[in-house]
Amino acid sequence: MADERRSGSSSGPKGRGGSRGGEKGGPRRSMFRRRKVCKFCTDKIDHIDYKDVKMLQPFIPERAKIIPRRISGVCAMHQRKLQTAIKRARLLALLPYVTD
Amino acid sequence: MSQKRLYELVYIVSPDATELAITELHTQVESIVTRLNGEMVKTENWGRRRLAYRIGKHREGTYVLEVFNGTGELTKELDRRLKVTDSVIRHLLVRVDEDLKVAERTRARRQADADQRAAKGLPPLGQGRRHTGDDAGDDDRNDRAEV
Repeated sequence: MADERRSGSSSGPKGRGGSRGGEKGGPRRSMFRRRKVCKFCTDKIDHIDYKDVKMLQPFIPERAKIIPRRISGVCAMHQRKLQTAIKRARLLALLPYVTD
Repeated sequence: MSQKRLYELVYIVSPDATELAITELHTQVESIVTRLNGEMVKTENWGRRRLAYRIGKHREGTYVLEVFNGTGELTKELDRRLKVTDSVIRHLLVRVDEDLKVAERTRARRQADADQRAAKGLPPLGQGRRHTGDDAGDDDRNDRAEV
């Protein structure tokens, strides 16, 4: 814990070459990472229904592209189910393919 | 002999169609299902909805959902009939029994796990939440360090 804090404060003065080498490693990057949990696992949703537009909508922001799970934090199993559900909903014009 | 399976059919009827035409379409679907030894489980009319994009020249349509039991031959026949029906602008026919079975199984497993934990005298799962709380604390501290 103390290590982390030190690296955080040392990142302030960026001019020094020595501290930059240390930054490139783990501690600097892990600072802003927030633990992401799968929405469907926490809410205990087993079946992702293509008819439930309200549930699918958060996963297709502005341009209506499916957000990758590296951003949304959805687990692999649920991302697969989510994908088929969104694609079915798109076919039925419940969700758009593209928006501009 | 082919097995009976649960299917879900959603079709979008053109907005020009009258109420009568829609009910007629529904009875048509029902008759096909019963003729080929299927049975209707549920019907739902979602009413008129705006389409997310244009289909042909339409901007809205009437959605109808039908759930039924049946064989593969039945779905083929239904698919064919809906394709040639002009008032149906889009339809989707999917098999759902497998998905529902999987969902049921995971629910049962989760319930069993919870029961087992309770039997061991452990508290219900909650560490995950506490952990995220810790993370948030970390972020706060780092933010202060930045400033």
